[in-house]
Amino acid sequence: MKFKVYRYNPDVDAKPYMQDYELEDIEPGMMLLAALLRIKDELDETLSFRRSCGEGVCGSDGMNINGTNGLACISPVAELKQPIEVRPLPGQPVVRDLIVDMDQFYQQYRAVKPYLIVKDPMPEVELPQTPEQREKLDGLYECILCGCCSTACPSFWWNPDKFLGPAALLQASRFIEDSRDQALDERLADLEGPFKLFRCHTIMNCVQVCPKGLNPTKAIGDIKKKMVTRSL
Amino acid sequence: MKRRQFDTLIIGAGGGGLRAALQLSNADTSVAVVSKVFPTRSHTVAAQGGMNAALSNVTQDNWHWHMFDTVKGSDYLGDQDAIEYMCRAAPKAVYELEHFGVPFSRLDNGSIYQRPFGGQSQNFGGDQAARTCAAADRTGHAILHSLYQQNIHAKTHFFDEYFAVDLLKDEEGHVLGALVFNIHDGEIIVIEAKTTLLATGGAGQLFRTTTNALINTGDGLGMALRAGIPLQDMEFFQFHPTGIAGRGMLITEGARGEGGYLVNGDGERLMERYAPKAKDLASRDVVSRAIATEVRDGRGCGPNKDHVMLKLDHLGEAVIQKRLPGIRQTCITFLGIDPAETPIPVFPTAHYTMGGIPTNRYGQVVVPVKDTPEEPVFGLYAAGECACVSVHGANRLGGNSLLDILVFGRAAANHIIEHLAENRYHLTMDENSIDKAMENLQRWDQKGKTDGESVSQLRDELKAVMEEHCSVFRNEDVLKQGVEKVEQLARRLKDARIDDQSSVFNTAKVEALELDNLMCCALATIHSAYARTESRGAHSRMDYTERDDKHWMRHSLYSLESGLDYKPVRTKPMSVDSFPPKPRVY
Ligand SMILES: Cc1cc2nc3c(=O)[nH]c(=O)nc-3n(C[C@H](O)[C@H](O)[C@H](O)COP(=O)(O)OP(=O)(O)OC[C@H]3O[C@@H](n4cnc5c(N)ncnc54)[C@H](O)[C@@H]3O)c2cc1C
Ligand code: SF4
Ligand code: SF4
Ligand code: FES
Repeated sequence: MKFKVYRYNPDVDAKPYMQDYELEDIEPGMMLLAALLRIKDELDETLSFRRSCGEGVCGSDGMNINGTNGLACISPVAELKQPIEVRPLPGQPVVRDLIVDMDQFYQQYRAVKPYLIVKDPMPEVELPQTPEQREKLDGLYECILCGCCSTACPSFWWNPDKFLGPAALLQASRFIEDSRDQALDERLADLEGPFKLFRCHTIMNCVQVCPKGLNPTKAIGDIKKKMVTRSL
Repeated sequence: MKRRQFDTLIIGAGGGGLRAALQLSNADTSVAVVSKVFPTRSHTVAAQGGMNAALSNVTQDNWHWHMFDTVKGSDYLGDQDAIEYMCRAAPKAVYELEHFGVPFSRLDNGSIYQRPFGGQSQNFGGDQAARTCAAADRTGHAILHSLYQQNIHAKTHFFDEYFAVDLLKDEEGHVLGALVFNIHDGEIIVIEAKTTLLATGGAGQLFRTTTNALINTGDGLGMALRAGIPLQDMEFFQFHPTGIAGRGMLITEGARGEGGYLVNGDGERLMERYAPKAKDLASRDVVSRAIATEVRDGRGCGPNKDHVMLKLDHLGEAVIQKRLPGIRQTCITFLGIDPAETPIPVFPTAHYTMGGIPTNRYGQVVVPVKDTPEEPVFGLYAAGECACVSVHGANRLGGNSLLDILVFGRAAANHIIEHLAENRYHLTMDENSIDKAMENLQRWDQKGKTDGESVSQLRDELKAVMEEHCSVFRNEDVLKQGVEKVEQLARRLKDARIDDQSSVFNTAKVEALELDNLMCCALATIHSAYARTESRGAHSRMDYTERDDKHWMRHSLYSLESGLDYKPVRTKPMSVDSFPPKPRVY
């Protein structure tokens, strides 16, 4: 099986290049991460990428696979056209090979106050929440911060410092929708203005790539609706 | 060399480290959290089924029953003061998490959803209890993200993607911080701290087939051993009954809690024979042995009869989608089957490090000094899977680890706050200890050297050896050979090399340092297992099939310098009567 992998190490390379690798004996059901690990172990120890859980829950190994962002650990190689082209997530500074600098992405996450805010004194036991209220968080809380969505979003590429991007906005929605949270007004007010939220042009790239099947576009739409209702 | 000073250095940003960090930041002390991965990528994120606490939301329950189950589950090797402390603190720990924002699943009355898990009973061994608080089957994710989020709010100082190499000390052996390096650019920093908390998680990468993430390499355990601290009870490694056969991904015990059950090649519900009462919800060691026995005796499933099946389809798609969406996805992705229609092939899989760095219930690391079995090491704490308090003894109950990391993460932080009030100044570092740590790091800079084996080759061999020689069933011969093989691998590791000498995000170097740590864990595990001539909990010897309380109701301590030593179990609880050892039937 043939691979073309983006290589760049600022220590030694003047500029990035694509390197070819070939693996024999592909086991059935092999994921791209397993293939990359084999390349690293058997062919080229210097190939660098992040990984941890190997099962799509930690969000470490977001990368661009044959032109689409995804997690290497849950992308079966058999389903990919060869040579499989693997690049770092687009639009972010490359640290080395498939590793990008995610600082901006994390900053935007932090910017939406991604934590529950409760102003009343806390009860001795749990804050009550009905199963229906809780269900509103399904599709929002499962985000693993892999960055696949934001780095596939054209609005994010063009205004990374102003548009918060789908991942951060999904988080904003996760707290806006939480029946326990008591900062709705501040949260909505924080997202006012032409950029932070409204730069989303519903291009839906984010939805297509999210490896957890989440829908940031819908979350963004829901926030917009809430803002409209609130301003009435 | 750059130096930074903090009140507390926390190594590890999983649930244990983050819970402690939050407590310390909120107490206005200065905390540095060092993690080799971005915090939400820590392995706590993978925990599925949930966390135990006697809330009585679903079945009548109380902490004393929880305590009994935990002591029994531990096969009487758990320390009963720590177990009492943990079970009493559990409800509060859950409510705190809920207040931090954890999106627990809910019952119709608005309270937290609880599911039955293995080894849980009401009334000291009576009916099945439902004690495990869950956020669907993504409880670890929900907890880890909420804790990280609260730490953002509390402005905790993070060193993301920094690797901790070794502990640093003064001349008297007080622990004063650690040598770390920035994985991004290789910059080395000495972090000086009045208190250091190890929260580096488990060592599941010791085995070839494992439910554990690739980062679970027992680094804190290696650091402790190299600092002269013995590791406790390392022979007790938990094999989870239901890893996906041959692949290792975990299928949570919650799947059986929701009503799933195991069948063998003859289509028989096998657990009815091994645990007539608790059946599929017997303790993990019991269920794992049952599966391994079925397969050994030729009653496995599949063309090679090398696994059994976990049946869930009778639960219906709605229940599976609501309560077990994550494992449904995992099965579809990795096996191409939907558990709502097809049973899942499973086999016991390396899962949890019961042993670890010995601590007391305040999280202080304790070592034997002369006649005192447990003397605190000044400045050093440990919490979470890397620690051995010991609440799990010889076998951990499902749902008790998330509880352990949160309760003792918090307890350690509280003790640290007291310690800081009494010890206001930084002590003077022994420069020799920095040199020693530098040596361990720079040992991998071998410019120009081209011979020597590769790290990946040695690592693969080590994992295969551990799987073959230190698995569910053990005996004298197999263990003896295992000891020799691991010793030999440890010698070979001294001459291993890496080609990658870049200072930028050098993952080869990280993996090399991780293998140094894994090797330490392997030595401790195999030596302790070889020496223990009884069967207890997860340590099951074919040649010594009985538990031997007279000789072996004691904790093993393994150190690099002096090999094995033992200390008594703390059988005296804090306030209630001790649970004396009894035969374990489920
Ligand atoms: C698949 C799976 C499912 C599980 N499900 C459950 C469950 O349902 N219920 C339950 O109670 N338990 C469960 N467990 C067990 C439980 O999840 C773990 O025991 C627990 O999360 C460990 O938490 P921790 O904070 O100790 O360590 P971890 O979460 O493993 O965190 C370790 C941290 O240490 C850092 N670190 C390690 N070494 C270094 C180093 N050298 N330098 C810098 N940083 C370092 C890592 O970056 C990481 O941040 C499960 C385990 C697995 C594998
Ligand atoms: S829908 Fe909005 S957020 Fe998603 S990719 Fe398009 S512009 Fe970006
Ligand atoms: S929304 Fe999906 S793609 Fe975006 S960061 Fe979260 S998990 Fe990744
Ligand atoms: S390695 Fe964790 S998501 Fe892929």
